Formats: sequence, structure tokens, C-alpha cells
Amino acid sequence: MTGASAEISTAFAGTLGNFSLDVAFTMPMRGITALFGPSGCGKTTILRCMAGLQKLSGHFIVGGEVWQDSAKGLFVRTHQRPLGYVFQEASLFQHLSVRQNLLYGAKRAGKAPASDALDFDAIVELLGIGHLLERSPVALSGGERQRISVGRALLSRPRILLMDEPLSALDRMTKEEILPYFERLHESLALPIVYVSHDIGEVARLADTMVLLAKGRVIASGPLLQLQTDPNLPLVAAPDAAVMIEGRVAHLDDEFLLTHFAVRGGTLVVPGRQGEPGAERRLRIAASDVSFTLTAARDTTILNCLPARIVSIDWAGNEAQVNVIAALGADGSGACIAARITRKSRAALSLAPGMPVFAQIKSVALIR
Amino acid sequence: MGELDVTQLWSPIRLTIELAFITTALLLVVGTPIAWWLARSKARWKEAVATIVAMPLVLPPTVLGFYLLLLLGPNGPGGWIAGLYGARTLAFTFGGLVIGSVIYSMPFVVQPIRNAFEAFGDRPLEVAATLRASPWDAFWSVAVPLARPGFLTGAILGFAHTIGEFGVILMIGGNIPGQTKVLSVAIYDFVETQHWTEAHILAGGMVVFSFAVILATMMLGRRYGQQGR
Repeated sequence: MTGASAEISTAFAGTLGNFSLDVAFTMPMRGITALFGPSGCGKTTILRCMAGLQKLSGHFIVGGEVWQDSAKGLFVRTHQRPLGYVFQEASLFQHLSVRQNLLYGAKRAGKAPASDALDFDAIVELLGIGHLLERSPVALSGGERQRISVGRALLSRPRILLMDEPLSALDRMTKEEILPYFERLHESLALPIVYVSHDIGEVARLADTMVLLAKGRVIASGPLLQLQTDPNLPLVAAPDAAVMIEGRVAHLDDEFLLTHFAVRGGTLVVPGRQGEPGAERRLRIAASDVSFTLTAARDTTILNCLPARIVSIDWAGNEAQVNVIAALGADGSGACIAARITRKSRAALSLAPGMPVFAQIKSVALIR
Repeated sequence: MGELDVTQLWSPIRLTIELAFITTALLLVVGTPIAWWLARSKARWKEAVATIVAMPLVLPPTVLGFYLLLLLGPNGPGGWIAGLYGARTLAFTFGGLVIGSVIYSMPFVVQPIRNAFEAFGDRPLEVAATLRASPWDAFWSVAVPLARPGFLTGAILGFAHTIGEFGVILMIGGNIPGQTKVLSVAIYDFVETQHWTEAHILAGGMVVFSFAVILATMMLGRRYGQQGR
């Protein structure tokens, strides 16, 4: 099993007290995979098992390297697994300076390969912690501490980075300050990251792949952009449901200061100059910002009015609102969006799956 | 009452300090693994071990001394060990005093170190493991430095307690000048023989020493307390 497989294969099963966990899923060897679910769904336990900090029977194989295989009685101890782990609280070593913290794992990871993208200066630069190196971690802010703990994990030259709700102990402001650094990690490192979170906002912003968990079981796993519009999953029905769409800057309108994004099945317009033509961004459309018309409305202030096709409509009982999934493009071959409309409007327009409509999107947010 | 004899004063002081240093060093070597095990083990019977370690806190020194006398004497294991190098007994020797002191002062060293190991919990060791540190490596590079205040308190208390012991020493050491006649015994002796000046000097010195030790311990505690998390 030495060939470089492109997959991470995970399976753990067991009971802890009166909580039972039984999960099996695979993740790609690149990008950010979010383990997403409510508190108590077992996501942190899964992460600890991946790190070998906790032991449940099963297997964990990272790109062909077997770290655990209970069937064969194989269990690599934590300190022999080339992984990085970022805990919920930064957990910096209080008795060491920031620099010594950063180098703790680096010293023990052995010689760096010549072509090392993760060298000390690059990481310090990436995380913006150069001015803190000689300080003691005691006096730093929560955001600074967490950035250092990410740097410390990266400098141990991991093959995989495990992050356990790294932002949940931080306040809103600090989160906003730190997220861009995480996005830079994602862009500049070819390192698979497993990211545990119960915050859909973080997941939407960062994740490429999602593993949806509830009560110790996997509900679904796959690309985020697919799962978010799957009518069978609870994501669509969530009160703050939204979809992420990958867009590329196609054109800048200098007269009105607008950016045109090419997305699958159409073009979305966003206010302001949002990057050079060709730049890849991630857009977010809230389900409550989408409405439908049967004809293309000309007398509206809404800029984004795209032909689309209804994919599915569903509601539970006699609720006031229904969840609609529509695919962009006149032929419905584009990206899917979700909409929340009233049951009354659905009846008035006789909306049904397969129907051609125009989707009016009141606002599009840029999240990455 | 004769002339003030300085050697008579100096000999017990030197002997006491020697005993305290050797005892403290041994206590750190023996007590640290015990403290580590008590702090980290999940064994159900570990509190029984903790109780045995703590027994000298409540036992009258004479009880401890009595059993030590049996253990160290010619018919106990101590006698057997002494036989290895041609002596008859470990009782009434400096070596015997060291063994007695180590047992007697053990709780004063083990308890603060155990508390310090428990105070920082599992997390720093888990972090160390995810950063490739083996358990042995993590013990030295993380656990010991983080527990430093506990080590300092333990060493100071162990040292001071050894200097102040009397009952156990009287039982197993007797009163042999230069061998087992430590400070506390010497003071007792001076008082018995009405050498008040000598008794004053040694007793007063002990008061000053004790004050300094307790003050130092408290100030250390405060300093580390303020450094905090």
C-alpha cells in the first residue's frame, strides 16, 4: 500500500459512555473537508481518532499511508503520525516563546525536503506573525494565539492538517480577522485540511468537501456545492440556507462600478471592483434573497435576473414557506440555487419541477 | 557550662545540611515518577498509594521511627544490606538517616509536584504528541518545565522538613557526633546539659531559617500565581 492514493479513507466505530459513533467516509487528498454537524454529533471525536489521541476500532488511511487498521491490529501512535492538529483553544506552550513554540514540532519533524513550501519564513509571512516571534504567548490576543498554533502545526511538516473548531473560542471580530489567513492557507498549500465546525458560515466560506454528521452517523458526504442544494438534506431547509457558487471575474463595468462574474449557467453582477478579470471567487446567495417571475421583468431594480429551471419544490405540511431548488440557464444546465418563497406564491404561479422561470437575485455576497 | 566550642556547633549544622541536600536530591529522583504516576494514572487503587505516601503527615514520628528501626536493624532488610559491605546494621548510621528522611519527607515533595502535573491537564501533552514528541520527550520538554513551580515548592519543603525532623532521627539515628547528631538532636542535647548559649544560637538560627524558607515559598507561589495562564 505504498502507491500515492488520492484519497483519505476513514472509518471509526465504537461507544463512548452512552454515545455511539459509527462513521465511514472518504475525503480527497486536497482542499478543505469540513466535518459539519451540531454539537455532540461526534465530529471532534472523529478528529481525535484521526490523530490517534483517542482509539476506536476502524481504519484511517491517508493517501496510501495506513495510520490505523484495527483488522490488522495496526495503530500508529500520535507522535509517529505526520499530522498537524489545531485545537479549539490555541494551547500554546506557556513556558516557551512564540518562536520556540513554532519550532517545537519543526525540530522533531526531521530534515526538511529541499523543495519545501512550508519553511519558517514563508509560514510566518503567510500568517502575519513576524512581529510576535520573541514574545511570550501569555500576553497575546486570542486571534494571534490561534494563528501561531496553526503555524506551529504547519511547521511540523504534516501530510494532513486537522483543525478542531479553531475559531469557535474567538469573538466575531477576531474570526473575521483570522478567516482570510485560513483562505490563504487553502490557496497556497497543497495540504489536505480536515476542518471541524458547527458554523455553516465558516464551512461555506472555506470548505470544498463536506461530511454532514448527526448523532454519530454520516448523513451525507461529497462536494459542498452539491450537498448544499440536495433537497433531501437538512441544509436547504435551514433558516439561514444559502448556496455557494464558484464564479470567475468576466468583465469590469467601470462606468457603474460593477463586476460581472461568469458562473455556470449565467452571469451575476456584484457591486464594486471585485478583482481582475479571470480571478476565481466564491459567491453566496441566500435562499431568502431569491424570488421567481414567469417573464423577464424589465421594470425592476434588481440587477440579477437570470433564466433558470425549477428542479424541485418541497415543503412540510402546511407551512407558510416552501424550499425551491432551481438550476440556472434557460435549459437548466447551470449551477443550482436555493430559494425560499411562500406557499401562496408557489400556488399563484403554479410552480412545478421542470418549469422555466426567471430567478431574481436581490443580493450576491462575495465570501472568498 | 564551659567555653563556647565552635566545632560542637558546626558539626551538627554541617551534618544537617548534608542530610537535607542528599535527601532532597533523592526525593526528587524517587518522588517525581511517583507524582507523575499519581497525576496521570487511571488506576483505581492509586489513591491507596497516595495515602501510603501521605502517612508520615499524620503518624507520630516515633511510630515511623519504630518501624524504620526494625527495617534498618540487624534483623531487617537494612541489616541484610549492611551485611553486603560487612556492617551489622543500617540503624544508627548516616545512610539509615537518609533512608528515614526520604520516607518521612516524601509527602512534602510528592504532593506539590503531583498538583503541578495535574494542574495543566492532558492538553499540553496531546499537543506535544501531535508535534511528534514521544512521551519521554514530552515529559522533559513540556511537563517538567510547566510543573517547575511544583518542583521548586517540593524541593524547598522537602529540604526544610528534613532539617526540622527530630522524632524519627532520635529513634533510628541516636546521637553519634559527626554521624547522626543533627541540629534538632544537638539542640535537645544542649538543653539537657544546660548549655543555654549553644542552644540559643542553634534554636535562633532555626527560627530565622524557617522564616526565610516559608517566606521564599510563599513568594514563589505568588510569582507563579500571577504569571498564570
